[in-house]
Amino acid sequence: MSVELRGKPFDPWQVLQAYQNAKPELAGKFGATSIFVGTMRDFNDGNDVQAMTLEHYPAMTQKHLEAISSEAEQRWDLLDTLIIHRYGEIQPNDPIVLLAVWSAHRSESFPACRYLIEELKTRAPFWKQEMTGTNSRWVEHNTLG
Amino acid sequence: MSITVKFFASLRETIGKSDASLDADNITTAADVWQIATDNHNPISNMLIAINMEYASLDETVKDGDEVAFFPPVTGG
Repeated sequence: MSVELRGKPFDPWQVLQAYQNAKPELAGKFGATSIFVGTMRDFNDGNDVQAMTLEHYPAMTQKHLEAISSEAEQRWDLLDTLIIHRYGEIQPNDPIVLLAVWSAHRSESFPACRYLIEELKTRAPFWKQEMTGTNSRWVEHNTLG
Repeated sequence: MSITVKFFASLRETIGKSDASLDADNITTAADVWQIATDNHNPISNMLIAINMEYASLDETVKDGDEVAFFPPVTGG
């Protein structure tokens, strides 16, 4: 299990490749990898969005993302999980979150990956502030999944 | 020792500060922390509360050395 908070942009595909390469013990064991990448849109609630600031409560965020990962590992038969989440200044098309779940079979990885993102969105203390033209606004609710 | 208070996001802007440190005397619950730290501001509807980084309610007990945070619904991911 790995949870990481990043203040700078990252390439989820490079990160994923590097992470998997650094885990040779997984090779040959996993038959399924389910991945979710959340990316910033340039629109929300009917407005163009130029940029976003993602605020968080660092220690609580880390704690709850680790708890969510542990819950997924208890609930499904998983080989490994990875959560990387951005904070700070974010531009449209920047990845915000990368989730990956490795398991022997897809029946374990798919629901576990879904669990990670849905629990993250309701429990991890992050807050989005969008820049729309010359104004800024706090995002007050999650969009429907 | 004292009680550390944190406000995040839109709540920080509404209250006008990001943190506070309170003497634990006269504090029993998170509601007491809110009242003292905000100078009796009305609780914000749908605000969330965490005591030592675990979700809690306003009527939950707070003790000396605790960290109490108040924030709006979360919007990560």
